[in-house]
Amino acid sequence: MKTIEQTTDEILNLAATHFKVPRAGLDPNDDFYKKLGIDSLQALELLTRLENHFGVELPDYEVQGVSDFHTLASRIQARL
Amino acid sequence: MDEYKGKSLSWRVADSVIELALDRAPANEIGVAMLEDLERFTSSLPGLESKASALILYSEQKAGFSAGADLRQLYTESQKMEASSAVRGVREFLERIHAVLNRLDASSLTTIAAVHGVCFGGGFELALSCDLIIADKMARFCFPELRLGLIPGFGGIPRLKRDIGNAVVRDLLLTGRSINATKALSVGLASQVAAEGEALRVARATAEQVIKFDRATSAAAKRFIKPLPSEELRREIDIFCELFTRPAVMEGLRKFVENTGAHPYLP
Repeated sequence: MKTIEQTTDEILNLAATHFKVPRAGLDPNDDFYKKLGIDSLQALELLTRLENHFGVELPDYEVQGVSDFHTLASRIQARL
Repeated sequence: MDEYKGKSLSWRVADSVIELALDRAPANEIGVAMLEDLERFTSSLPGLESKASALILYSEQKAGFSAGADLRQLYTESQKMEASSAVRGVREFLERIHAVLNRLDASSLTTIAAVHGVCFGGGFELALSCDLIIADKMARFCFPELRLGLIPGFGGIPRLKRDIGNAVVRDLLLTGRSINATKALSVGLASQVAAEGEALRVARATAEQVIKFDRATSAAAKRFIKPLPSEELRREIDIFCELFTRPAVMEGLRKFVENTGAHPYLP
């Protein structure tokens, strides 16, 4: 079982890789819309990448209103 | 017409395969322009069906296959007229898009949707008119209509109900959630999952296989296994038009259209 810190770290690595931002500049409490400069379609892309990476299903309504990496990690953690 | 390039799509025929490319920025929204181009395509189908055995539908837009109906156009046009005229306009549009999708659904060709990115609402319904859906691993399928106080209006629910279990249909319809390609494969909605950026290549390989078969046999098999759910399709238009008259729908559309933030307006 991954810890919440491990899950958060994997999300930050994945976000940095796919949205081409420096990993060192990402913090768990960052607003990922602002930090990654993404819109709602790209947020869906992030959701799909996270589902594929962690092998989970994340219904949209569970992540609606979520905009920081740490809360996103907790939603994924609850499905692992 | 073996080749065509319109405002919203293009097609070409080569080696018994028609490739129809949706190409309207930003995400192949289905409004009047796309409808007219699709009608041009279905009008050309009798000739095309004599020259080809398979059809591949795909998108040239990076965002995905299609984000669905053009809600901005629907809202803007509806605002210009009395409620009763707006409903008449919506019904006419739905009857036209149903005619197009029913023609695609029942074509003698073996039809393949190569789907990447967003495949939402009317775009999902367009893909569902095809015989096979090949999904890029980054594809996402969704019926978001209930979030706006409507039901899907382009025939998606009767077609999906024909293809997969009712429980899955209810899940997609009543929660409005989106599902990824792996889930779509597991419930029988997609027939294959391709690596990222590879759906069209996989669709072409599949088309190469299906065109080897005797055309009349493939067409007979399709007629046998894939009847049009005509009665439910007609009822769907009536239900959509009844719901469309409610003020809550226009308010939901207004919020959706006027939202300019990164977070989408979706209840």
